[in-house]
Amino acid sequence: MTFKPKNGTLQKQLAATFSLINTGASRPFHQTACVHISPKLKPEKRRMAEEKGVKLLDLWSSPFGQRCRIALAEKEVEYEYNEENLSDKSELLLKSNPIYKKIPVLIHDGKPVCESLIIVQYIDEVWPSKTPILPSDPYARAQARFWADYVDKKVYECGTRLWKLKGGEALQEAKEEFILILKTLEAELGDKKYFGGETFGLVDIALVPFTSWFYSYETYAGFSIEQECSKLVSWAKRCKERASVAKTLYEPKKIHEFVGHLRKKYGVE
Amino acid sequence: MKAVKQKPSSVSPMEKENSSSSSLKLFGSWASSYTHRIQLALKLKNLTFDYIEEDLSHKSPALLLHNPIYQKVPVLVADGRPIPESLLILHFLDEYFPHNPRQLLPKSPHDRAAARFWAHFTDDRLGPAVAAVFASSGDAQVAAVDRFRSELRLVEAELTDGVFAGSRFFSGDQIGFLDIVLGCGSYWLAVFEEVAEVKLVDAVEFPRFHAWLRDFEEQDEVKAIIPSFNELLGYARGLRKILLGGGGGEADNDGGAVAGVEAGDMGNLQK
Repeated sequence: MTFKPKNGTLQKQLAATFSLINTGASRPFHQTACVHISPKLKPEKRRMAEEKGVKLLDLWSSPFGQRCRIALAEKEVEYEYNEENLSDKSELLLKSNPIYKKIPVLIHDGKPVCESLIIVQYIDEVWPSKTPILPSDPYARAQARFWADYVDKKVYECGTRLWKLKGGEALQEAKEEFILILKTLEAELGDKKYFGGETFGLVDIALVPFTSWFYSYETYAGFSIEQECSKLVSWAKRCKERASVAKTLYEPKKIHEFVGHLRKKYGVE
Repeated sequence: MKAVKQKPSSVSPMEKENSSSSSLKLFGSWASSYTHRIQLALKLKNLTFDYIEEDLSHKSPALLLHNPIYQKVPVLVADGRPIPESLLILHFLDEYFPHNPRQLLPKSPHDRAAARFWAHFTDDRLGPAVAAVFASSGDAQVAAVDRFRSELRLVEAELTDGVFAGSRFFSGDQIGFLDIVLGCGSYWLAVFEEVAEVKLVDAVEFPRFHAWLRDFEEQDEVKAIIPSFNELLGYARGLRKILLGGGGGEADNDGGAVAGVEAGDMGNLQK
């Protein structure tokens, strides 16, 4: 993660926290790992430190949170990462996103921004000079937003059914629907390097976090995404060559372990 | 209006935007609040366009060609290129005509994010809550009304002491993106109140929302776009009969404005 803490004590605390996240070491999912501003800071500076800068309230495995992390990494923005415990949400999260009470939330100079695609566009607008996430042409921008929104409307909901349904006809239908969604995206990608052409952008950022979940989708629904959509799989590999994606995404086996926990939690197995 | 100094031989930006050098075609449906959003935006921006009324039970090949994924209205075709989805079209109009004095979205990134968030909330939470009231009766409707009111309370709170506090409209002194998004649809509330025989927007409980809606509906451009109360009423009565009475053959349920009200849209006619 791109983060440069401001003092030595803080650095130590954060190193301990981030080493867990970065290595994907297993930890109880109920454990909160909030990053604190050092109590040694004077009250006024402490307040400013709390208000200034960029903070991301997130969950390590969330593909929506990963969108924001990738965007921040593309822009080389320093930020503070707060891992949320979703069964015991922090006051800051509840205060910053009272409407949905969900992660991710970006807090920039004390002001919250919610909803991952809104956050990504915000990041692009606040730091425009580095690596544009949206193209400059209005029609191309509309297309990018359309396909990012398509990913939002379709991929998560259908993908969730693939691991949440026990089996039978409903699972079969979900699988067919999911394949169709991927094929539609693949048709849009065509022979381009990325969805936006030569430049990695909004649609790539919207979709790539879900690729870590492909292994779980395939395993539980019984199909091969490589067989159905080989161009999309190649696209995913190209995305993972980017540093921002490589350091944000988890290995599919790690996500699969997480999905296993979710299935137990929801009584699927 | 910004005065533009130009050499006599060149075309001023305003002329260019309003002339046939930019051709705009809007596919829509007369009772669709999503279509109204775009019609209102085009009016505010003083842009000329061709309008194609779609029969939602028999969609034209052109519509299906321009919006193959969702097959819905509205679709804007700008210089031959289609843009579906009302929120995307609103963004596009600002960006395609950057010199147009009526920019709908706010300038600062944070204000833009807030406007986008509440637009998302409108389509994701508020709209479906209203649709649920309209599509239900008895105890289910009572529960749906409660749910709608709790959603509207969030909007009221935001108008009272949130990011929009102190402004006449969400966009300031003039209506803009969020006013258009929330406003084009909110006029259905009074219609649904009459047809479904419920109270949705109490002026005492929602003073700011009530005042905002009244001011929105009094704008000349809004009056020019939104169908009359009686037209909407007639439409809604027919819709309610079908939703509660059930029945109708495949033609009724397969697209068409009638089947449009699912839990997903406020006065939706996007099918």
